[in-house]
Amino acid sequence: MIKKWCNEMDKDPVIKLRNIHKSFGDLHVLKGIDLDVHHGEVLVIIGPSGCGKSTLLRCINLLEKPDDGKIIFEGKNILEPGIDINQVRTRLGIVFQGFNLFPHMTVIENVMLGPKESLGFSKEKARNIAEKQLAHVGLIEKADAFPVQLSGGQQQRVAIARSLGMAPRAILLDEITSALDPETIGEVLSVMKDLASEGTTMVVVSHEMGFAREVAHRVVFIDGGLIVEEGPPQRIFDEPQNERTRNFISMIL
Amino acid sequence: MFDDLLQIAIQYLPRLLVGALQTIKITSIGVSLGFLLGLVIGFCRAYKVPLVTQLGQVYVAIIRGTPLLVQLFFIFFGLPSLTGSAIPPLVAGISAITINSGAYFSEIVRGAVQSIRKSQVEAGRSLGLGWFKTMRFVIWPQAFINALPSLGNQFIISLKDTSLMAVISVEELTRNGQIIIAATFRAFQIWLLVALIYLVMTGLLSIILNQVEKKFSRYMYA
Repeated sequence: MIKKWCNEMDKDPVIKLRNIHKSFGDLHVLKGIDLDVHHGEVLVIIGPSGCGKSTLLRCINLLEKPDDGKIIFEGKNILEPGIDINQVRTRLGIVFQGFNLFPHMTVIENVMLGPKESLGFSKEKARNIAEKQLAHVGLIEKADAFPVQLSGGQQQRVAIARSLGMAPRAILLDEITSALDPETIGEVLSVMKDLASEGTTMVVVSHEMGFAREVAHRVVFIDGGLIVEEGPPQRIFDEPQNERTRNFISMIL
Repeated sequence: MFDDLLQIAIQYLPRLLVGALQTIKITSIGVSLGFLLGLVIGFCRAYKVPLVTQLGQVYVAIIRGTPLLVQLFFIFFGLPSLTGSAIPPLVAGISAITINSGAYFSEIVRGAVQSIRKSQVEAGRSLGLGWFKTMRFVIWPQAFINALPSLGNQFIISLKDTSLMAVISVEELTRNGQIIIAATFRAFQIWLLVALIYLVMTGLLSIILNQVEKKFSRYMYA
């Protein structure tokens, strides 16, 4: 798997961030982030709370608009005027910490909405896609349930299926296990591992260091709105070079 | 008191039911128009459309801050004295119900739209849905379901409010009761019947609204 990923490294990155800045009022959250995400790569972003890692993820699919910098996605700077943001978002999935499923729709309707209304597929085709993705996350038997009838872990798996239903180039996962009961975290992590082994390009903000160590190709440590250190998980976790990284790693492990 | 109730009921029920029919007519027209008015103003306020938002605020403040009876008198007696042309009682009555319920409906609509969390908009937009489609498929259906109990409540309040039309001699249920009493002096029996007919109407409405609510909000019950 690693070898396959290394070969893909030669190609152009799927997402290329250059000098991303973002402020909320007086608070300068991102202070110039440069980052490449390669095809098939699992990139895990770690860092203390408030360091800007979630903001960075939300900037990538423009839920937050960066104040400065470039985001090159599929060869185009998506921050330029005239770019169809909706079109970009169909190609860049995101899964949220709080699931954000649509409570008034059944599970399968949740997954069908994007393919049907955003990609313009017929109802039958959208249903086929949804069934396939629900089977993928192991929840096809819950197709006609409402989100409120599911456990947190199941809801998050539906959210993953909803995102995958769009067949995105890359999928952004924003602390998707942080709101879960401990006993359901495992099922979500195992879906994430499956996706990784299938070669899905993923940018993951997570506190699950076990997952990062086991699955990530590359770990990025962010602090104070800047990338402090990045590298393969073994190096970041076992031999961090920077003192701030060392402090953070020693606190969480 | 009760011995002749049945006889009076048989004799005067048809006349009262004619009034009840008029009550239903005024309510359905007034509430429908009021709901449309409230929908427009409520949406404009929820999305902060300039000018309409401020005008809507003033409108709600005036209607909520004055009695319906005064609003009715203003329309029926006040406006004609200014313009010189009389307004038919039925038109004045329906207008009063429309304008009055419209203010309350606009508050309900505004609150319902604003009650849906921003993360739902984000979830819709992140699937590549545009603003309008996000509203249509994600936000508005949820807002509507949340608003149902309040909408039904206002419907029932407006139905009872139509009894005020009696004072400008619109021959709805209450007015017909007054007319019968003036001829028969059977105040106790007739008001009892009038009250019962209102109770049946609001009761039926409650049952229907409950069914609608149940149908739409099935997702809320785990």
